[in-house]
Amino acid sequence: MSTKPSPPTVPTAPKGDLAELIACPQCDLLHHVGHVSEDASARCQRCGTVLFAPRTGAIERLVALALGALVLMVVAVSFPFLQMSASGFSSKASVFDTISAFTGGLMAPLSLATAAFIILLPVLRLCALIYAVGPLLFGRPPLSGASASFRLASRLKPWSMAEIFMIGVAVALVKMVGMASIGFGTAFWAFGFLVILVTAMDAMMCERTIWRLLAKR
Amino acid sequence: MAAARKEVTGLTARAAGLVGCLHCGSVWPKGTTRCGLCGSALTSRRNASLQHVWAWWFAGAIFYIPANLYPMLRTSLLGRESTSTILGGVLELVQHGSWFVAFVVFFASIMIPVGKFVAIAYLAIVIRRGGPIDSHSLHRLHEVVEFIGRWSMIDVFVVAVLSALVHLAFVVNIDPGMAAICFALSVVFTMLSALSFDPRLIYDVAEVRE
Repeated sequence: MSTKPSPPTVPTAPKGDLAELIACPQCDLLHHVGHVSEDASARCQRCGTVLFAPRTGAIERLVALALGALVLMVVAVSFPFLQMSASGFSSKASVFDTISAFTGGLMAPLSLATAAFIILLPVLRLCALIYAVGPLLFGRPPLSGASASFRLASRLKPWSMAEIFMIGVAVALVKMVGMASIGFGTAFWAFGFLVILVTAMDAMMCERTIWRLLAKR
Repeated sequence: MAAARKEVTGLTARAAGLVGCLHCGSVWPKGTTRCGLCGSALTSRRNASLQHVWAWWFAGAIFYIPANLYPMLRTSLLGRESTSTILGGVLELVQHGSWFVAFVVFFASIMIPVGKFVAIAYLAIVIRRGGPIDSHSLHRLHEVVEFIGRWSMIDVFVVAVLSALVHLAFVVNIDPGMAAICFALSVVFTMLSALSFDPRLIYDVAEVRE
């Protein structure tokens, strides 16, 4: 980023208001954090973990990307995903078919888990994010339960696996080459774009800055 | 990471009689149980951290064995049924000349899980034993393990897509095998193992040494 990073200072003893201190969540080192300007990053002096990285228009972009991803998710589950044909036969699969691939007996829980990883948890996470920070866009105070829902969103992050699913799809396609000819449905492209939006969203989101914005209002 | 490597000595939240929030970083007097800013549970150190790490680690390791022994995919081509394990699937890709994809699958399904088991065990043992450690490298190792672990799920999704799509009457059919569920469980358990690890313990060991 263009602006110089403003390094937080390491205190020798705690003084003054606790609100001015931040403990590095990775190594527990205390820092005095003054004002971190937009588009600068404050890193932990010891382990280098990014403590704050406020970005210009972060809330607007966060909500826009999350809304966009939600719309694409609706498209991704309602249109055909892939189709294949060989020797005069053809078959197609939607994202729902992919989920229900593991049916019957012991495989059923895996269906449920796949549904959770690629649709339910990503959707829940996007909705929770929008609910938590959406009102800030209009200068309103956060809705009740905003912190619970932002907390939920941050806990769900490792378990939303839309991007991993897309790589899995790519590998599956390579395995099918030579076996049949493959057609890409609308849902395929929607899911691809969704992955890009979610990745962009995660790259610009600074959790600790948003917590302080939520607390301020 | 050159800037992060220099040895910084300073006051930790614990040494100052405070407790820091793992999520929002805000600081509270010792004994506070819930963060006043974000509402997360506060602990100065997750004391049972290593026990949780080992419990999930063993659960993951146990399921990783059947995941490799049972078939991942059952393919029936013109009425002839064949099965392939994780390693078998990689070898098949190599035979087809898809070196890059073979590498991706090998990396995600074999290198990452095995590497994770070794790395987490190494972290937990070194932290328990104490003594001289390079806390920056260990911290880096933990970050990598936490970040990369979820990518092992690739193979489970490959199986899901193939068995959803490949159903062409009697010509070719693909169904999931037992290994898919074992492998998925193994990945989830090792993710929980890595998430249970409290990275602050790494720097505690370094401080004891000083």
